[in-house]
Amino acid sequence: MPDLDQRISRWLETNTFHHSEFWDMQELVRAKREAGLTISLCIPTLNEEKTIGKEIIVFKSELMDRYPLLDEIAVIDSGSTDRTLEIAESFGADTYLSSEILPQYGSKPGKGENLWKAIHQLRGDILCYVDADIKNIHAKFASALVAPLIYRPEIQYVKAFYDRPLAVSDDLRPSGGGRVTEILVRPLFSMFFPELTALIQPLSGEYAVRREVLEQLPFPVGYGVETSHLIDLYRTGGLDAFAQTDLDNRVHRNQPTRDLGRMAFGILQTFVKRLRDYGMVKDLPELHGLFRQFQAEGHRHEQITREILEEERPPMITLPEYRERHGR
Amino acid sequence: MRKGTAKARPGEAALSHREKLRRLREILFANIVMAGEIPAPTGGEWRITRFLSDRFTESGLAHLSLDQAGNIAGVLPGRTGGRTLLVVAHVDKIWSEGDDHTVSVGVGQMSGRGLADNGLGVAALATLPLILEELDVELDANLVLLGTTRSFGRGDLAGMRFFLENSGQPIDAALCLEGIDLERLSYASLGMARGEITVSTTGEGAESGVVATLAALVRSLLDIHGREEPETRILVGSVEAGSGHSVPPRGGVVRFEIRSHKAGRVARVEEEIAALVAAAEEREGEGIEVHLEMIAHRRPGNLGASHPLVKKARETLALLGIDSHVVPSVSELALLLDHGIPALTLGITKGENRHSPEETIRLEPIFDGLAQIVAMLQFLDTLDSASEPS
Repeated sequence: MPDLDQRISRWLETNTFHHSEFWDMQELVRAKREAGLTISLCIPTLNEEKTIGKEIIVFKSELMDRYPLLDEIAVIDSGSTDRTLEIAESFGADTYLSSEILPQYGSKPGKGENLWKAIHQLRGDILCYVDADIKNIHAKFASALVAPLIYRPEIQYVKAFYDRPLAVSDDLRPSGGGRVTEILVRPLFSMFFPELTALIQPLSGEYAVRREVLEQLPFPVGYGVETSHLIDLYRTGGLDAFAQTDLDNRVHRNQPTRDLGRMAFGILQTFVKRLRDYGMVKDLPELHGLFRQFQAEGHRHEQITREILEEERPPMITLPEYRERHGR
Repeated sequence: MRKGTAKARPGEAALSHREKLRRLREILFANIVMAGEIPAPTGGEWRITRFLSDRFTESGLAHLSLDQAGNIAGVLPGRTGGRTLLVVAHVDKIWSEGDDHTVSVGVGQMSGRGLADNGLGVAALATLPLILEELDVELDANLVLLGTTRSFGRGDLAGMRFFLENSGQPIDAALCLEGIDLERLSYASLGMARGEITVSTTGEGAESGVVATLAALVRSLLDIHGREEPETRILVGSVEAGSGHSVPPRGGVVRFEIRSHKAGRVARVEEEIAALVAAAEEREGEGIEVHLEMIAHRRPGNLGASHPLVKKARETLALLGIDSHVVPSVSELALLLDHGIPALTLGITKGENRHSPEETIRLEPIFDGLAQIVAMLQFLDTLDSASEPS
């Protein structure tokens, strides 16, 4: 155990950053150019008309016009019924319907599907994913995640975390130490992959990854995508493949506990599948895919069931269309 | 940093400016979002002045300075530098530090606290050096860009006042930037006095606390308003007392503003209110104290409808297809006119819900507003000071 503690402490010292360390944007752009890297920003969306416009404006102005760090900004949408795509396009983002990318492989519901298809559609050597529901958006949400990849060639995957206490009102809250992380993922990591507990916010939707890593990873299309990435890359690259950057705080709409239950169910499915695939558990029975929740009305309790099946897409590198488009 | 040395082209320049300015769309919109999301209560503006300072530095402005009042100023040197023009935007907002300043961006509009007053004005000021560069506009005159603090309420234009009294820089003409409203043509300032009447009780006797006294005072203020000629108005801006449903308040405050076009009228009404307060205190007797404090004053001023600056502004708005209407001001313009500096307040876009949490600005008309600012600067740059009416 002391070895493990030391490894985690050492990693926290060498691979955990604060966004302020990357304040010098001119230097970052120069280093990117020198490294010959291209960077794509991908924002997966489903009905995000309230926040998408601001994200596009800030990223395009600060990280394309003012400091040319990003080579493309793309919105990949799951079929929004609001004005998400219209707004994103009006502010200059490239917009794609997930169902129209690699249509021969069909379309599956879930954010992971958009992230997977982005690997095929976008051109960058580095892909930076940023969720669309951030209310306090700032250029650092992308620049401080790609920076460790630009400066440190051995780092493959950079996660965001948010560590500043925030005075909140109404239904806004800081997401640092989210409920599903603390109640589900951290206990599971502590048991099976203790080094991964060093990632302060393993479920954060903001991360930057090298293409050669992403194309090798299978993608659960739903809630389990981030968890599976961490486990799969950890198995091949160890903790040193990762880094994390503190972005201070992130303000978004709070999710109801009921929704978090569904999210936890999906993550658990992915987790158990990984344990099986890696031979870490044996003789598990067939697991149910029906998640059961209850709703009380007076003294009567109504059962609400929802089928949650964490389907997975294969590593993108296995698709001939991808290999042809990207010359792999 | 300047691209070219093309001579300013007054006249129909505003139309071509409007189209070219769209090239700066993203940078401009991002500046609006950033200026909009920084809390800047009166007296607590340091973060928004830092934002302006960063933008001025990036634009290579000369003589960047943060003065004792917290104002931030930078200079874009002119080709000859014989005259000095000033563009000013107040940086403070009416909202407190803890209020949610999130900006929402929709199709063709943005909304959020303080966007119109004066996040957009600050963003325009921050972007102005880049705008002039993009349009290849180089002025003969030096251009001072100034973000002023403590404009609202008890701030009483302290930032602007400090700059005018201490900068030691003669200003030949000035433009004040406000987020809305694009159609406004502000070349006159009203006489204004702003005051607060506080009522408090220390005794246990008054069953209704200070409610009856406050109500009587508000009624009297409204009576004065009703008696006055239309040129003079008494605005009761807020009445505050108590904190619940059942406990009589032991203290309260009425905030009001007197406005008038007529010199001397404001002072006369102010005297009448002072007498009213003295009478109320005498009537209430011991146990209730009534106190009047006047916290801000402006003298009326008027550039005059026939001033070349006013005529040019009207003409530019017409050229852009905008019907102008005259709106007297009680803000920075008043002090500039008071110092004998020809000045106008310009609105940058159209918008709604001013001073509400859903303050909204329209995006498309912003390009008209910015084109108007540049055209006016070009005009001021060519204006022969000898032709200016005294």
